[in-house]
Amino acid sequence: MIVLQQLINGLQLGSVYALIALGYSMVYGIILLLNFAHGDIIMVGGYIALLIIAAGISPLVAVIASVAGCTVLACLIEKAAYTPLRSAPRISLLITAIGVSYFLENVAQLILGADPRVFPNTAVIPAVNYNIGGLNVSLTTLVTLSVAVVSMAALTVLVQKTKMGKAMRAVSEDMGAAQMMGININSTITFTFAIGAVLAGIGAILYCCKYPQVKPTTGYLLGLKAFVAAVLGGIGSIPGAMLGGLAIGVAEVVVTALGYSTWTDAVVFAILIVVLLVKPTGFMGASLNEKV
Amino acid sequence: MMLSVKDLNVYYGPIHAVKGVSFAVDQGEIVTLIGANGAGKSTILKTVSGLLKPKSGEVDFMGKKISGTAPHKIVELGIAHVPEGRRIFTRMTVEENLEMGAFTAPSSSIEEGKEQVFQRFPRLKERRKQTAGTLSGGEQQMLAMGRALMSKPSLMMLDEPSMGLAPILVEQVFDIIRELHEAGTTILLVEQNAQMALSIADRAYVLETGKISLSGTGRELAESESVRKAYLGG
Repeated sequence: MIVLQQLINGLQLGSVYALIALGYSMVYGIILLLNFAHGDIIMVGGYIALLIIAAGISPLVAVIASVAGCTVLACLIEKAAYTPLRSAPRISLLITAIGVSYFLENVAQLILGADPRVFPNTAVIPAVNYNIGGLNVSLTTLVTLSVAVVSMAALTVLVQKTKMGKAMRAVSEDMGAAQMMGININSTITFTFAIGAVLAGIGAILYCCKYPQVKPTTGYLLGLKAFVAAVLGGIGSIPGAMLGGLAIGVAEVVVTALGYSTWTDAVVFAILIVVLLVKPTGFMGASLNEKV
Repeated sequence: MMLSVKDLNVYYGPIHAVKGVSFAVDQGEIVTLIGANGAGKSTILKTVSGLLKPKSGEVDFMGKKISGTAPHKIVELGIAHVPEGRRIFTRMTVEENLEMGAFTAPSSSIEEGKEQVFQRFPRLKERRKQTAGTLSGGEQQMLAMGRALMSKPSLMMLDEPSMGLAPILVEQVFDIIRELHEAGTTILLVEQNAQMALSIADRAYVLETGKISLSGTGRELAESESVRKAYLGG
């Protein structure tokens, strides 16, 4: 029973990682960029929701505004920081992403201060606990799991069935050939960033409901862990990111349950090292051949 | 003139790949650019389709300047490009590849377009649900051509369509080019297989290290002493 209980906790955390890892993986899949600013988008999403709720506006509005804010911010970053570097070496793009990450963290600190603020999680999801067959499951857990499943199912349909989703896959396989088909790669790339940010915005709310605190560096470690999840699943692979996220979440919870809660971060990054040494393509990654 | 290229200069960094090239393609023609590897043939096609920006010179299509236009807009104007090495989307199905080819077409015409392609290439119909990477080389070339046809182009540019194919498949590819031409598509063909290319071309240009060294009708060039020596094996 305790195993099942921990598994549920792990899946809850893992589905948040998975939502965030998807944004990493999709952006990498399309422009080979590890977008280290992705984690900080989550921090911004957390603050937007927090401030709107603090202003006495309905939590539903706050959630929608937060997801929308994340999306707009990601598109702005893409246009302002990454588009001008489209033909630059990949390392320039990577360094820029790290720069954007620091920029967001420091702007947040400048405006809102470095002290953590309490996220009104019970305003978003009421603190209700259910006893399901001896398992103690909170409403937050149920909402997190179902929202994550619905989001990932919607993403799968979007990528597999819609015109824009197919364009994303085409651009990610061969940008030049996609252009020859008449696909507007700039709008396809922006769209990819937008989708990643929507998922990150949803992840931000779910994360803050579980760990009700926001500070300027909230997205830093969370983003890095989601990045590990993306690598574990196979960077560039959408089902891989989902699987990797869940695996990292479960691993963290298992380590905590065993009494080594101070070791969780170390274990996550140890997983990264092992994956890179043993199977750098992750669970479902394509081969690492450079694009020609 | 349907397509006219005037004094085109294209660079890859410091490398001057295309040096003052001018040529034209008239409506209904098959025009071929022949020349050795590295002569600048593919570079010219990529510049026409907007993937490369010329340093100077101009590309006009249907009387409108298109150099400087974004590649996806150029497809909308009616130019399709079958790239060297086919570059089909190997992880997508045959059908999805065709849908990508129809990206600029209204969605109502996609099914009809697919049927037309399947009629021309029955093998693709059999394999419509297969991922394109599992096709043989010949089938992949058929798919690359079918995909380009999905945008209903008035000008189709083919870059080395015979490359890496067995002789029987080369014949097939050229038969298809002839059929497309008869159906009203203007063709700009880049080939290393000069003999085949000259046999179907109305007019041809010979490229040498980024410059046009010779031009004439397909027959003239096929009979020209220097072309025979350089490209037709004596």
